[in-house]
Amino acid sequence: MGEKKTKIVKTIKIDADLCNGCRACEVICSAFHATPKYSSNNPARSRIRVIRDPLRDVYVPVYAGEYTASECMGRDKYVIDGKEYDECAFCRASCPSRDLFKEPDSGLPLKCDMCEDDPPQEEPLCVQWCITDALTYEEREEEVEEEVEQEEMEIGLEALADKFGLDKIMDTVARMSMKD
Amino acid sequence: MRYAETGFNLEIDLTRGNIERVETDPRDTELYLGGLGTNAKILWDRVPPEVEPFSPENLLIFSAGLLCGTPATGCNRTIVSTISPQTELMAFSMMGGFWAPELKYAGYDKVIFRGKSPNLVYLWINNDKVEIRDASHLQGKGAIETAELIQDELNEPKAQVAAIGLAGENRIYYASIEQGRSSASRLGVGAVMGDKGIKAIAVRGTKDINVAEPAEFIELCNEVLEYIKFRNENPIPGVMTILKGLGSPQEMATHDEKWHTENFMWGNARVRRRDFWNEEIAKEWKETMESMQTRLISCYNCPMKCGATITPTGQPTYMMKCFSKLTYTMAAMSDLEFGFKIAGLAQEYGVDGYSTPQVMAFALELYENGILTDDDFPGMPSDNEGRFYWLLDRIVRREGIGDVLANGTYWAAQQIGKGAEEYAHNTIKKHEQLPLKLSMLNPVYFLMYSTGEKINITQIEGQFPQAPYPKREHREAFVKDWFQVPDEKFKQYFLDWEPRGENSNPYYPTVQMSCDIVDWQERMHYIDDALGMCSGLSSFPLKPPYHMHNYPKFISAGAGIEMDEDKLTQAAKRYRTLVRAINIRRGMRRKDEKPPEDHWKKRFPELEKELLDTYYKLKGWNNDGIPTKESLHELGLDYVSEDFVERGILSDDEGTLSEETSTETEKK
Ligand code: SF4
Ligand code: SF4
Ligand code: SF4
Repeated sequence: MGEKKTKIVKTIKIDADLCNGCRACEVICSAFHATPKYSSNNPARSRIRVIRDPLRDVYVPVYAGEYTASECMGRDKYVIDGKEYDECAFCRASCPSRDLFKEPDSGLPLKCDMCEDDPPQEEPLCVQWCITDALTYEEREEEVEEEVEQEEMEIGLEALADKFGLDKIMDTVARMSMKD
Repeated sequence: MRYAETGFNLEIDLTRGNIERVETDPRDTELYLGGLGTNAKILWDRVPPEVEPFSPENLLIFSAGLLCGTPATGCNRTIVSTISPQTELMAFSMMGGFWAPELKYAGYDKVIFRGKSPNLVYLWINNDKVEIRDASHLQGKGAIETAELIQDELNEPKAQVAAIGLAGENRIYYASIEQGRSSASRLGVGAVMGDKGIKAIAVRGTKDINVAEPAEFIELCNEVLEYIKFRNENPIPGVMTILKGLGSPQEMATHDEKWHTENFMWGNARVRRRDFWNEEIAKEWKETMESMQTRLISCYNCPMKCGATITPTGQPTYMMKCFSKLTYTMAAMSDLEFGFKIAGLAQEYGVDGYSTPQVMAFALELYENGILTDDDFPGMPSDNEGRFYWLLDRIVRREGIGDVLANGTYWAAQQIGKGAEEYAHNTIKKHEQLPLKLSMLNPVYFLMYSTGEKINITQIEGQFPQAPYPKREHREAFVKDWFQVPDEKFKQYFLDWEPRGENSNPYYPTVQMSCDIVDWQERMHYIDDALGMCSGLSSFPLKPPYHMHNYPKFISAGAGIEMDEDKLTQAAKRYRTLVRAINIRRGMRRKDEKPPEDHWKKRFPELEKELLDTYYKLKGWNNDGIPTKESLHELGLDYVSEDFVERGILSDDEGTLSEETSTETEKK
């Protein structure tokens, strides 16, 4: 057993029943992440996307999750209310099989960072701009075991290694520790 | 770099199948802002008055507003401009929804159609790739159905589609353009689209929209959002429910329809049912609403959710907003369930929810009075609701009497003759109006009805309360946090306005006050229409989040155009005058500027004359409603007066600059 440690878990609660499909969350996310901040906006760069199909009452805000180097072995296809959705329509990953959650020009993957950019925001921007409360923000403390975190780190590193190669990562780590 | 706007228009020549991407002149943006303003400039320059609505030379312009696509909440309007088949004047119908921002992200401010396509086509704009595609397989399809079919065949669920239904294809004079949650439905813009052979425009864009001063701009946006939250929590006391809050009238969230059903007219804008609303009806209508409505929904980047998805029993789901909830119901003297059912059909056909029910009620009135006979209605069912379905079907197919009715009450009455004109009693400038018939002349409304060129009262009223508060203390409370007024005098106007006695309608607000109020109200609508802002957050409701004081800042920080209140007022006046100039050149004059005869029971011809005289003067128009040379010069519109002189609309010496004015102009 590893040592106990507390960490803060940040959750955005999505109440799809309250979503009105306005996409304000997409607008503000893309504006916040523009350089310089707010200098432009473009929902296609947003790290949240609202899958919206009003005639079938489908309103699902989806957050950009991890980048995956390779696509899934199988695909999923949803049929809701008689309509077939795009393959993988509701998946969070930025993945080679599709252009969702990638920068439209460079194709670089997008991932929700909970707006942890500096200056730190009181609440994620998409939550602030969703004044109908479909998105709400919660923080809670959780006890975690050190070991588990290490496991997580390993998975993360593996993904990075897939993407950039182990050598590059070693270089970067070395460079970062020199800065410290 | 261009800010807020993209700086490019798409020019589509349908006759030749040619597509061009054309850079626009930033000086035009400074002078006419965008949206309606620049649309008016293009129509003035390129559509001479001889051009008929259904001529290939008529243009059909889809424009995003100047600030559409920026983070400004609720800025999502598409302004569709052309020459209306119904009024034969300039049409500018607006739609909310999602289309305009998408066009901006694709890299364009406007799509300008000219010519006519030999066969039915649709336009597919996918960023830099723009193509005219065959639409013969979509012929006769419903407007909403068409949007889905196109998204499917392009495999682009994120494409935004504006489409016409059968009514547009058949050039019904009040055909609409539908875009899911929203529609551009007044003045027959859908008919012009059909005449040009365009079934739909699909657009998908993934480019950036830039703003000039990011920190300032987002600060302004955040202030607006905060104020919307404040207004949502603090509805305005003392006014009816739908005027308490922001947004388009919240008809989808409102169950209590006592006010509309008892104050608006039923049938062919004739019957007032003063004791209509009772508990039983309230219960029944609420049940209908609750069983058919699934969700309240918003336009792009707006929290107000003024629309709803409606699924009538046994019919496909559609999206509804505002007052079309009651127009069919009341025209047919029926109930909400019928209203929801027929409105769904009507939306697929793509017809205006204001004019259509009125045209049908008009036809039935002619029938009851023997002006139309059984021969005109072969096979029409005998029950009232059945008749409305039957008529709708005839109209959109232009079959039999439907072919006549398809041109609206004014033109149909001309064609039918035999006294039918008496029954087309609710039009202004040949266009059907809201079914309101009142008692005492209201000077402010008199001016708005008479001179409005958007032809719909909701597109000119707003900001100033519609009626006085009975008690002074309530009026004082109202003006306390009324910071939206462009001038403090408006507070006094309102404070002194009494429901009865000397300071009441029709002589109060006084002539001058009425002119000031209307000028302010109209100006805000024109600004919204250039910026692409929803009037539900600006010109329409009381105490809106956008107003004369923050708009200049939005334009400066957003579009990078130096702006202050005076400059904005002047710009709005410039393109408002240009709209009038287009219509004057097409023959509109003072004689056309009047509300329906029976709008008020108590009329005051002398007062009305004075109102119009004074208002024209304030606007810089002569006694016939024609902009004077002086005022045109002041607005930088000398090219208009030159044209007017050439056409003999103004004579060479009329309104020549007096010495005084010209020195004044020089001093500036
Ligand atoms: S801002 Fe909120 S309501 Fe609007 S689309 Fe996003 S989640 Fe839905
Ligand atoms: S939390 Fe921040 S980064 Fe994540 S989707 Fe919301 S706005 Fe974008
Ligand atoms: S206020 Fe209503 S109509 Fe206007 S943009 Fe918002 S949701 Fe649309």
